[in-house]
Amino acid sequence: MHEIFFYFLVALTALSSLSVVLGRNPVNGAMSMILALVGTAGLFAMLGSYMLAALQILVYAGAVMVLFVFIIMLIDIPATAAYRHHWGTLVAAILSTLTLGGGLTFLFLAPEFRQSMPDIAGAASNGSGLVFSSQAVAYGAGLMGKYMLLVQVIGILLLVAMVGVIVVSKDLRATNSGKSLPTPPSN
Amino acid sequence: MPGKVKEIERKPLSLAEKTFLPQIVSGLKVTCANMLRKKVTREYPDVLPPIPPGYRGMPTLVKDPDGREKCVSCQLCEFVCPPKAIRITPGAIPEGSPDAHVEKAPQEFEIDMLRCIYCGMCQEVCPEEAIFLQNKFTLNGLSRQELVFNKERLYEAGGTLQDQHFKWKKKKESEEHGNAQH
Amino acid sequence: MDWIQLAIEAGFGLAFIIVVMSMAGLTVVAERKFCGFIQGRLGPNRTTIPILGSIPFFGRLITRMGLFQLVADGSKFLFKEEIVPGHVNKFYYNLAPIVALIPPLVPLVVLPFGQMTLADGTIRQLIIANVDIGMLVILAFSSLGVYGTVLAGWAANSKYPFMGGIRASAQMISYELTMGLSILPVFLWANVPGSTEGLSIANIVVFQQTHWFVYLQPLTALLFLVALFAETNRAPFDMAESETDLVGGFHTEYGAFKFGIFFVSEYAHVIVGSGLFVLLFLGGSNFLPMLPNPWPVGIPGAILSTLWFIAKTSALVFFFIWIRWTLPRFRYDQVMNLGWKMLLPVAIANLVFVMVLLATITPVAAQ
Repeated sequence: MHEIFFYFLVALTALSSLSVVLGRNPVNGAMSMILALVGTAGLFAMLGSYMLAALQILVYAGAVMVLFVFIIMLIDIPATAAYRHHWGTLVAAILSTLTLGGGLTFLFLAPEFRQSMPDIAGAASNGSGLVFSSQAVAYGAGLMGKYMLLVQVIGILLLVAMVGVIVVSKDLRATNSGKSLPTPPSN
Repeated sequence: MPGKVKEIERKPLSLAEKTFLPQIVSGLKVTCANMLRKKVTREYPDVLPPIPPGYRGMPTLVKDPDGREKCVSCQLCEFVCPPKAIRITPGAIPEGSPDAHVEKAPQEFEIDMLRCIYCGMCQEVCPEEAIFLQNKFTLNGLSRQELVFNKERLYEAGGTLQDQHFKWKKKKESEEHGNAQH
Repeated sequence: MDWIQLAIEAGFGLAFIIVVMSMAGLTVVAERKFCGFIQGRLGPNRTTIPILGSIPFFGRLITRMGLFQLVADGSKFLFKEEIVPGHVNKFYYNLAPIVALIPPLVPLVVLPFGQMTLADGTIRQLIIANVDIGMLVILAFSSLGVYGTVLAGWAANSKYPFMGGIRASAQMISYELTMGLSILPVFLWANVPGSTEGLSIANIVVFQQTHWFVYLQPLTALLFLVALFAETNRAPFDMAESETDLVGGFHTEYGAFKFGIFFVSEYAHVIVGSGLFVLLFLGGSNFLPMLPNPWPVGIPGAILSTLWFIAKTSALVFFFIWIRWTLPRFRYDQVMNLGWKMLLPVAIANLVFVMVLLATITPVAAQ
């Protein structure tokens, strides 16, 4: 039963990821990406990490991809946008794929890696608690305790990014010329 | 008129007004009151609307209380009818009839209800008060031919109306008493 | 794997779907009926089924209540010709109604619909999957709900549906933030320090046995309600289908049963949203605030509390209808202004306020 679900989800994720990369139609690509994210969420759920699965769907499939779809529709990219081959890109893609694939294969085959993998089944059965719990409180404790500094740093990073976006998107020099546009009535 | 224009300064909204909530609540009150009010729907085929006096419904031919058909086929209505919905074939009243002194009656009288515009001019022009637009306002049929009403159907729809003058009866009586006016 | 347990849960899930779908149908009738009442009309009251309608008293009653209209509307959608316009993207055009209907139905598994008092006095919340991330599941699937609208708008390949889809996605992004932020204070309040209940909705219901959140946190409730209206695409936020300026919005090119599915999914969304509001703010299956629950022990109590929950939900669905026929539709920029410039700051302020309040009160209450 579990194996069927697992292979189904893996096939779903892999095929839809391929479709994202190979497809020409941007909307098809976005929809395939949603499917891939949902498949990944399913894999998370099969690992017993329901919280992560829910967050994956909520944040990525539900919010980020809505933005993607929104932008794709708003700027209306033609489905047959020409793809120009670029030798540099091709070489870089092949190199990075080989490096990543090779590295992963090496890691999975190396005996040291297998030993360093945490004993998931053991943690679940002997109830050695909070570290591998899928409960929301475990995530909260982690975020607000051990990784507090990281959370704060990421928060500041996001704030800086937001300020940057505002500065970039607002053309500060054009404040006078902007008056020609009628301002909508404020409420 | 620049002097007469009164400029009213638009006041900024108060905090409560900015939230829209008081307005929404008052709107809800209005709709709630509406919900509880008596409904204005008339359940039409079951409850017929009151017909006001002077209503111009379907044109009909009427008989007087004695059962005499009042139309004398003068064809005034046929001439006046704006959409030419009326067609009259004049005929004579046979000698032996008690109404023989009226001399004429329609042999056939047709009103095409699909052409009729319910203007009431036929009723207005009729010197004999023989054609009336009555209360019936629902007409339907399965073919165009079915809605061309002939004399029988028009009389059937019209029935008998009270007559105020009894013009022909009085004329006959006065003739019999020897003081003919005409 | 315990197959019997699985079968029971699947049966419950099916029953849940049947209940919600029939409630959706009834809501359509209720909508037409109350719309009529508000406008001084009687609403649908003529449709009848030959034999059933001539049962002495009830036949007439049901006819006058317009309940047969439900059957008439449904079968009308079924028997109409399925027209697929020539210019649409066939795959997404057919996919969109499916995508629209599933998201409102999935969250049902984490809604605690009733409670059963066992013989030893313990109270069990009736719920299909009592997971500690219940709220996240609901948020996740309700956020997927917008894809039905967006896909329909895009696949129709026609300008008004397209505008509807764009509006729906923008509105979704804007109001999801407020919704999430207005749920947090409730969970902060209900979870005492050290609690492991997490984001379980059943825990919220248990917490509300004495006091309801609607008066503990009125501002939170208001924010959540407004966000709920926006998320369910109901008036005054029905920008996606605003028929005055967008013909029919995202479902302009749809007809027959596909339109029917969109129609039903909107109402299913409303019902699930109302149920969620009842669970979070109106005490779920608890009787009344500050009164002990009168539910008897065992199955009768379970049924009574479930009915009470359904009654509360129906009342809120009525409120949805009432609002729809009271308020005019917002203009699009007003929706955006309201979402980003009013609701979001207020929601953040509310969250901070509740956090500070709890941080100061809880140590006192714990003593």
